[in-house]
Amino acid sequence: MSELILAPLRKLGHMTINAIWRLGYASRFLIAILMYSGQSLMRFSLVIREVYFAGVLSLIIIIVSGLFVGMVLGLQGYNTLARFGSSDALGALVALSLLRELGPVLAALLFASRSGSAMTAEIGLMKTTEQLDAMSVMAVNPVARVVAPRFWAGVISMPILAALFNVMGIFGGYLIGVVMIGLDSGTYWSQMNNSVDLHYDVINGLIKSLVFGVAVTLIAVFEGYDATPTAAGVSSATTRTVVTSALVILALDFILTAFMF
Amino acid sequence: MHPLIKKNGLPVSSEFFIELRNVTFAYGKRPVLKNINLRIPRGELVAIMGGSGSGKTTLLRLISGQYRPQEGEVLVDGRDVAKMSHAELFAHRRRMGMLFQFGALFTDLSVFDNVAFPLREHTRLLDGMVRDLVLLKLDAVGLRGTQDLMPAELSGGMARRVALARAIALDPALMLYDEPFTGLDPISLGVIALLIKKLNDALGTTAVMVTHDVHKSLDIVDRVYFVANGEIIAEGTPDEVRAAPSPWVHQFVYGEADGPVHYAYPTATSLLDDLGMKGDAHV
Repeated sequence: MSELILAPLRKLGHMTINAIWRLGYASRFLIAILMYSGQSLMRFSLVIREVYFAGVLSLIIIIVSGLFVGMVLGLQGYNTLARFGSSDALGALVALSLLRELGPVLAALLFASRSGSAMTAEIGLMKTTEQLDAMSVMAVNPVARVVAPRFWAGVISMPILAALFNVMGIFGGYLIGVVMIGLDSGTYWSQMNNSVDLHYDVINGLIKSLVFGVAVTLIAVFEGYDATPTAAGVSSATTRTVVTSALVILALDFILTAFMF
Repeated sequence: MHPLIKKNGLPVSSEFFIELRNVTFAYGKRPVLKNINLRIPRGELVAIMGGSGSGKTTLLRLISGQYRPQEGEVLVDGRDVAKMSHAELFAHRRRMGMLFQFGALFTDLSVFDNVAFPLREHTRLLDGMVRDLVLLKLDAVGLRGTQDLMPAELSGGMARRVALARAIALDPALMLYDEPFTGLDPISLGVIALLIKKLNDALGTTAVMVTHDVHKSLDIVDRVYFVANGEIIAEGTPDEVRAAPSPWVHQFVYGEADGPVHYAYPTATSLLDDLGMKGDAHV
């Protein structure tokens, strides 16, 4: 009988300790990345190459998603605002929801599933096929040569992608509100101009996406580096990257919003 | 024989390039190597043989400094690898080349960039010089002309040869081979064996090869050590080994299914117990 109660308790304790242990391990990993970042930032071509893979190749998904999110905001926003006779405020509504919340959060979620999972799979497979071992035996530190450039590429790409997402979203709102529904173009832009504050809205949104960039990329490279070197291990590491990133993005978003706005 | 001559102003500590003294190693609580003593003279090509899981790859990783022993000393050129700092270890590895079991080529780099990798990381040679060296190394393994291919476009044997070219890019004083013959067809296997032998003769490199391919290895090596259950149980020149002094070595060299090493995994219960047929006289 006591075993019936103790076994789940023991499992819960084990899971808790394991989670805390991994958090500590990931923090130490971040410190190691920062320690060896000097070398990879000096050879900036390594980072540029990864910016291409993580950032440039994500452009399509970011642009298309941003456009559609903006168009949906335009439709839903117009319907709601029109009920209160304030459809003129559509520009402000679209811009503020994107800049403050939707842009950074959705871009980060897309980035995690497009580029984060690719980073985890690539580093995990390099580990599985002994490429990381080979590098280390050739007296080249894999954290400096493989992990740090990818980390910085993610941190650099994320705010730019989020900004692009915002631009496309605002354009999508314009397409629906002005071109399709026929609101006044000048009103759309001037309402936006009046209600958006550079410091309060734009910069805070960028800070958010920078924080998400650090979190998502750290999770991605850590899971890849820590993956069990088998096919099943890499597969579950990739899944963990997407799931953990999504949860961390949403939790961090709540915390940041509480402090910022 | 090398007397205690001065080399680069430093006394050469002994004629042995690699010396393991009373080395004990365990993964967690599972002992892998017990009290190993091993001495490899300069310039020799030595094979370490043993069944799968006998601890021979672990032995290689102790020499490369990837693992540190719990007890004992791993001396390479007179210096204890286990006591090296991170920087010293990397300096040690710059003089060492290692061929991994399946080559471990960097899949995102071309053949050229793979072989150029150690040169670009560790030297400040100009691009033209790097190019010449890469072509020379590729020529040495008979693969000049493949430099623009990607690793995925190579056969298993070719990938192993490119990895070999990469391992010798910096002209190492010590070469480590981890199962260089695994998964190759007989012709590729012969080519790799020939290359290993030629490199050893031409460069005067000390080389340690971990393998369980008996016949090919005995053709090319100077000396063989047999590892079983974490201990060195026999050693000798290829001729001594072929004469098979111990039953274990005889079984291994001639590949017999039964002998001192049993065919069946040791279990505490009998098959009849496991099948729940205890006392059933008919089975």
